[in-house]
Amino acid sequence: MSMAADERNGRAPWALAAPALMLFVGVLLIPLAMTVMLSFHDWGQYKGIEPVFILKNWREIATDPYYAEMFGRTFRIAILTTLLTALLGAPEAYILNRMDGRWKSFFLLIILGPLLISVVARTLGWALLFGGNNGLVNKLLMSAGVIRFPIPFMFTETGMVIALAHVMMPFMVLSVWAALQRLDPQIENAAMSLGAGPITTIRRIIMPQIMPGVLSGAIIVFSLSASAFATPAIIGGRRLKVAATLAYDEFLNTLNWPLGAAVATLLLVALVLIVVGSNALIERRYAEVFR
Amino acid sequence: MAYLELDRVAKQFGAQTVVDDFSLSVGKGEFISFLGPSGCGKTTTLQMIAGFLDPTRGAIRLESRDLAAIPPARRGLGIVFQSYALFPHMTAAENVAFGLEMRKVPRGERAERVRAALAMVGLAGYEDRHPRRMSGGQQQRVALARALVIKPNVLLLDEPLSNLDAKLREEMQIELRQIQRTIGTTTILVTHDQNEAMSLSDRIVVMSQGRIEQIGTPQETYEKPASAFVSQFLGKTNDFPGTIDRVVSPTQLVAGSWRAPAPAGLGGQVTVSVRPERIGFGETGLSAKIITRVFQGNHWLFQCDSECGPAIVIRQNDGKPQPAEGDAVRLTWRPEDMSVRAGASA
Repeated sequence: MSMAADERNGRAPWALAAPALMLFVGVLLIPLAMTVMLSFHDWGQYKGIEPVFILKNWREIATDPYYAEMFGRTFRIAILTTLLTALLGAPEAYILNRMDGRWKSFFLLIILGPLLISVVARTLGWALLFGGNNGLVNKLLMSAGVIRFPIPFMFTETGMVIALAHVMMPFMVLSVWAALQRLDPQIENAAMSLGAGPITTIRRIIMPQIMPGVLSGAIIVFSLSASAFATPAIIGGRRLKVAATLAYDEFLNTLNWPLGAAVATLLLVALVLIVVGSNALIERRYAEVFR
Repeated sequence: MAYLELDRVAKQFGAQTVVDDFSLSVGKGEFISFLGPSGCGKTTTLQMIAGFLDPTRGAIRLESRDLAAIPPARRGLGIVFQSYALFPHMTAAENVAFGLEMRKVPRGERAERVRAALAMVGLAGYEDRHPRRMSGGQQQRVALARALVIKPNVLLLDEPLSNLDAKLREEMQIELRQIQRTIGTTTILVTHDQNEAMSLSDRIVVMSQGRIEQIGTPQETYEKPASAFVSQFLGKTNDFPGTIDRVVSPTQLVAGSWRAPAPAGLGGQVTVSVRPERIGFGETGLSAKIITRVFQGNHWLFQCDSECGPAIVIRQNDGKPQPAEGDAVRLTWRPEDMSVRAGASA
């Protein structure tokens, strides 16, 4: 009798999870497997896609320095964006957390703002601000005497990092915010009563405790920035390609689907490795804070 | 000479007065409790002493120095928080060492003092544990060691035992008292637990709605409560309506069929307040009927319906036969065991 119950208990979770599992397999795993397969197919200008198993695309990516440059740029932009969001987002979340109720919700809305606006509209907005030597940002900086000559923002990595950091900021702020919620509300008072000044308190007591939040925010921001498409496409233009725009061009301009699939697969694998690896590192390093 | 002095301290949040006209002098080495229900302003008062809140009016002085201009980090007070507020990313020893580090105590002396402080609270050998791997009682001890290791002028305890279970709380009470006696640190304890306040303190400050109801030794506040609030809050009590009878001579205090010579200076309607354990069953006195009788091991608890309203009586279990439920009894007490207040009971 108990065996029958065990059996039923063993099947029930699978049965309950089946609909979601089928959706997951149908819309994620199968297309993903097909993309991976596609990356091993052959392609020619006149013959189109040939369903054979060759390593031509992968060899091309591995040997042609063009691709190394693309991926190098992709990860450089992602790292810089992550650093920028961490440097600005963590203090932002801390200040926000200390605000009064009404101001808190107002500023939270402002921070979440970028997520509420279409990515294309928002990026075109940045293009207007950056635009050429007469862009608003350059005019402001020059009239304020910060710079003498206009900084090129459009079609540069600088511009891409700034625009990406803007849209990624909410993820960092919310992630740090969540870590701040776990803080004992008296912890700063405790540090003060022991003789710590405000800066020491932040450096020795607050920072180590919100570090897991910063790092998990960093993982989100990094993976989203590395696979971002719209912002690099508009700010970077045709010339300054990253992995995502490169895959897009291979698919839709050159029509070399197998090569595009190989680029996309490599980006995915690299991201998964980086995210899983750093996650494991963080969990080990901050085991005590996570408990 | 007062060591810590609160001089007509008040705190307002907007239009709301949370603490009003709070004056108290604490002697060096004294153990004081702020006792009251939640929202009575006891924690607010503690936070003003700590410097986390600024008083709206009044002054707080430590050794005659006004604390107003001194930031919390420089007041040199040791605080144990209700939630302990330990630093979860540091080990027990690092937590305790933090205050010494801030005071730039040299490394060798620091290690020695941390070891001694942890040993004092019975946590020798736990130096390398992280707080989240410790039990509530152990965390409490780390918090106490962290507050005491800096040799504070005053130790402030904000409901430190309220998160512990009953048995552990009792153990910690005894230990806390012993530690405080040994090192002689002036201590202020905030609590809503009257037993805790009575068993630990030299003096109790009973608070209600931001005001001091009574300051006195545990015995004084228990035996001679200054107000109905104090007598109700500190243990169980019976309030009987009574009158001062001036027709007979000498004047008499009458409550139902209980009577005694009237205390001086009172007239008309009064409230007679008697503790349950001070009431006995006698031949004369307040006539009552026993409604329920509960055996509680070392004592009996009787709930009675008397001619002056409901009454609770506690009798020691001395092995003698006790009246049963439904019995008619007479409740009596010695005049010195009651306190009489003017006015009808609330």
